[in-house]
Amino acid sequence: MRPYRAMLSARFRLLLQYRAAAIAGFGTQLFWGLIRVMIFTAFYRSTTAPVPMSLEETVTYVWLGQALLLLMPWNWDGEIAQAIRTGNVAYELVRPADLYWLWFARGVAMRTAPALLRAVPMFVMAVAFLGMGLPPTWGAAAAFAVSIAATVLLSAAITTLLVISLFWTISGDGIVRLVAGAVMLFSGLIVPLPLFPDWAQPVLNALPFRGIGDVPFRLYMGHIPAAEAPRLVAQQLAWTAAIVLVGRFALDRARRRLVVQGG
Amino acid sequence: MSGIRLYLRYVGVSMRSQMQYRASFVMLVLGNIVTNGIEIIGIAVLFSRFRSLGVWRFEEVAFLYGIVNVAFAIAEGAGRGFDMFSRTVRTGDFDRMLLRPRGTALQVGASEMQLMRLGRLLQGLVVLVWAAGALGIEWTAPRLVLVAFAIAGGACLFIGLFVAQATLSFWTTETLELLNILTYGGTETAQYPLSIYRGWFRRFFTFVVPLACISYFPALAILGREGPGLGATWFGWVAPAIGVLFLVATLRLWRFGVRHYRSTGS
Amino acid sequence: MPLIVVEDLVKTFRVAERRPGAWGALAGVVRRRHRTVTALDGVSFSIEEGELVGYIGPNGAGKSTTVKILSGILVPDSGRVEVMGRTPWQHRVATVRRLGVVFGQRTQLWWDLPVVESFELLRDIYRVPAADYRRNRDELVDRLDLAALLDTPVRQLSLGQRMRCDLAAALLHGPTILYLDEPTIGLDAANKLAVRDFLRAINRERGVTIILTTHDMDDIEALSNRLLVIDRGRLFLDGTVGDLRARVTSERRLIVDLERQDDAVVDPDAELVRRDGGRVWLRFDPACVPAAELIARVTARHAVRDLYVENPPIEEIVARLYGETGA
Repeated sequence: MRPYRAMLSARFRLLLQYRAAAIAGFGTQLFWGLIRVMIFTAFYRSTTAPVPMSLEETVTYVWLGQALLLLMPWNWDGEIAQAIRTGNVAYELVRPADLYWLWFARGVAMRTAPALLRAVPMFVMAVAFLGMGLPPTWGAAAAFAVSIAATVLLSAAITTLLVISLFWTISGDGIVRLVAGAVMLFSGLIVPLPLFPDWAQPVLNALPFRGIGDVPFRLYMGHIPAAEAPRLVAQQLAWTAAIVLVGRFALDRARRRLVVQGG
Repeated sequence: MSGIRLYLRYVGVSMRSQMQYRASFVMLVLGNIVTNGIEIIGIAVLFSRFRSLGVWRFEEVAFLYGIVNVAFAIAEGAGRGFDMFSRTVRTGDFDRMLLRPRGTALQVGASEMQLMRLGRLLQGLVVLVWAAGALGIEWTAPRLVLVAFAIAGGACLFIGLFVAQATLSFWTTETLELLNILTYGGTETAQYPLSIYRGWFRRFFTFVVPLACISYFPALAILGREGPGLGATWFGWVAPAIGVLFLVATLRLWRFGVRHYRSTGS
Repeated sequence: MPLIVVEDLVKTFRVAERRPGAWGALAGVVRRRHRTVTALDGVSFSIEEGELVGYIGPNGAGKSTTVKILSGILVPDSGRVEVMGRTPWQHRVATVRRLGVVFGQRTQLWWDLPVVESFELLRDIYRVPAADYRRNRDELVDRLDLAALLDTPVRQLSLGQRMRCDLAAALLHGPTILYLDEPTIGLDAANKLAVRDFLRAINRERGVTIILTTHDMDDIEALSNRLLVIDRGRLFLDGTVGDLRARVTSERRLIVDLERQDDAVVDPDAELVRRDGGRVWLRFDPACVPAAELIARVTARHAVRDLYVENPPIEEIVARLYGETGA
């Protein structure tokens, strides 16, 4: 009995440690969301002209962004990046197992778990106290669920491609930031995409990044009717497929280069 | 060699060693520019849609943005030693600093200098200069001095926040990420005019962490406007001094923290 | 007037207690319980200028606490300390200016910089006049054979090279007192000798007062005549190495690697202290049987793969010092 108790208490202590960091992250995001809501509220009060999205919808959009922040492809898998930098990845590359799907699966797993842990309390808080709305219909909720699943796949594809780019760049930190910047802006995290100028909308719709935030968020609110969901989710998946293909191609090239160079 | 010269010496050494990796340095700065630059793009987008924020026009908010970002970039670059301080204590490097005949704050501050923060500095400067031109006001010498004063006061305030964070790590081993709310969150907050925020928020950022004193009030003074409550224009001219006082206060706290460390030896 | 005076030095620490079990962890979050650890319990000694003193004792005995107090880093609970006429913790900067410290396990040099740049930074930190710096640097580089290493980044140095550079770095500003904490740990024989020769030279020729903390008895025997032995916060001996030997024991150890693991070694003048597979530790008194003779006897009667002679470990000597049984 003793060893089990010891293991339990050790696990418990570990959880308490992580709790502190999780609370800090949650607090930071809460603050961030609050500021943005206040800013948007002030902007909305300054105009009487018609706006493509109501204030309530914008508020919901903001909190959705904070709740699901951890799903987005900010950065890559630190372990894999390290393996590539040090060259240890050579051992993985010569194994017959499909490395790309292994990394992809890791990308999916490493996002969903922490994202869920952050999203649930944030959802609860935002809906209860901070002005976030709920989906207007069951259809909207279902569309949202499907779209978010596609977002996870798209996000994993981007992350995996990012880490594969490390084979060619020396320090990838710059590239990560560039992509992270693009993700933040074009997914609607900084400003909801419908609020962008009308001339920009076709450009934004053509980019893959809207599938990371804008599409599922607007499906949730019913701002995009659920009937459109199949088309949009198909777009998300199409982009995912394209990025996966590029990633696999790139990885294959990297493997071949390494084999030729003798590791 | 005096304290300031020694600090500059450290900076020179750090710069040379970071510039060694030139390719990745350029990428890092570029990446930094992008990550920070999307903020002002967001603001521009909102103004193109909404035309104004209360009585504030885009150029005016951009002006605020420029001041805050330049100030924070300086603090980010210069204050990194305090940001990383809990690691310095853990590895025993702080004991080594106590063994040298120099002040500890100077050594900690000089211990790290992140060049990549140049990214935020550059884009902040560009926005500031553009906004200064677009505002259509006459740039008299006093106004220019006030801008510099506001930036200096802002840098002092943000560095003070990093010092406070480092000082707390003398007492607790937990990393105090919550304080990032005040630094990074504070930057986000101060980029917009204080008047748009709710009462308790405004009071917090005027009296507790006086961000308004290094951005909003000086801007009001330059634009010749009256603000809520304390907004008498004369105040804007001296308000940045509060940022400097904030740093002085946190450095006092720092000394207290060092004394505690030297008594408990932990 | 001694250079260093220590009188009735007392220092205690509060250590947070880790409570066992899950309930303990939870309760620990709410309120931490502390226990008091006495690191120094009334230590007194004095050191004259120019001495080379060995400061030994088991781990946790209070050695690094003493050194930290002497350098002004740590403030004691009570007691009087005077270093070069000042109380160290009240005059940290003035004290530290005339002090050099070397930690065996952590370098003070900047990891990414060439060695010479670390030296120059230290020159600026300590405000060493240019001429003095050049003179010291050249002499140290010459004595420690560092010329080839000056442009190498510290992270590329081997342990022995790094230690020699650290020694030089600690002396660039011409300190009066040098504290060394395990300077030879992990070094190979050649580097150990180089370090010892160097320390002996600067002590004799330059009159640098040296306090050397170490677990290596050979360091002590090679370098110092004066010895301070500390255990659990109390000084147990303040005398020469000869005093220590006489006080404890003259015994030595013979370690034998036997060919056959089950071979039993029995000898009238040797006592079996420990056995680990094919290796046996034998205790003997060189006054009763010279080492050479014992070796001859053992190798005559048993198949021996390898053997060597050593002094008993310092922990055991100190443990013996106040009457506990050794291993």
